[in-house]
Parts: sequence; structure tokens; C-alpha cells
Amino acid sequence: MIIARILGTVVSTQKDERLLGKKLLIVRPINVDGTDTSGYVVAVDTVGAGFHERVLVVAGSSARLAQGMKDTPVDAAIVGVIDTVDVTQ
Amino acid sequence: MQLARVIGTVVATVKNDSLKGRKLLVVQSLNKDLAPQGKPMVAVDAAGAGVGELVFWCRGREASFPFKREDTPTDCTIVAIVDSDKHVNSQ
Repeated sequence: MIIARILGTVVSTQKDERLLGKKLLIVRPINVDGTDTSGYVVAVDTVGAGFHERVLVVAGSSARLAQGMKDTPVDAAIVGVIDTVDVTQ
Repeated sequence: MQLARVIGTVVATVKNDSLKGRKLLVVQSLNKDLAPQGKPMVAVDAAGAGVGELVFWCRGREASFPFKREDTPTDCTIVAIVDSDKHVNSQ
């Protein structure tokens, strides 16, 4: 899983019917110290995350294993909202 | 699977129900000489690892296999703890 920050939302009306009702968010992977990296990913929200929060993003086929994502055409899912990251080394 | 060092912990109160009770750790991948390689990742712990320990983790769909495999959304899971740094022999 990667740590990412929510940058914005995506609205899509014409989409696969299995994505109906799913919230799509633009997230940017960040480093463990909170600094931004480049690039972004569109991820489906499964936890109710909000703008600018740090979240955990699962990529690949594991994203489909998140609750409510069974058999959906998804390869990135937000599965947690991060409270703290404690790195000692 | 890849060698890594556990370098920290992550706390997430709001998370997918299937991740409840799972320990989340920050792992830094290492090369065969145990030097850091690539960016740190957040891994679910399936082996009981702690900060500072040398572990190996697996990526992809297989990462959910130590748990309830159809319900656990993880793409990075610690599956074993290496006994000590001396037990890595790369010659």
C-alpha cells in the first residue's frame, strides 16, 4: 500500500455500471515524511475520505478485495484514512 | 518477495472493515547488501514483526493470502521475519 494525499474529485457520468455510486478521488502519492511526489492516481473511495487527508491506497487486483468493490473494474482503492505515520529510522 | 526493514508504524482509525485489527507497518525495501532500495511502502503484518526487524514481504494479489483472501485489500504484506542480518548471505 502507498500513502497518498487527496487532491481532488472526479465526476464521471458515463461509466461502467459497476462503478455507479462510487466516489472517485484524485490522489497523489506522498513520502512517509509527508512531502509530495510527482504524479497522481484516480482511486475509488471505500472509507469516506475527504479533501487533503492522508490515506492508504491499495493498487492492482487487491483493490477489488476492498469492501463493496467485488467484481468492479478498479485498480486503485482508498482503504484507510491515516491518523499518524511514525518512522523512526 | 522482497527483503525489507521495518522502519515505522502507521495508525489509521477509519479503514476498510476487513483491515480492522491488522497492524500496519512502514517497510523500506533492501537490496542483497541490505542497502535501501526504492521508496518505503505500507505493509500489513502477517508475521508479528516490529520496528527495526528484517523481514520479507510479498506484493500483489498474493499479499492477501495470509488473511481471509477474498476480503482483505492489501497489496503488500509482511510474511516472514529474517532471524538476523547475518542470516542474509548474498554470495
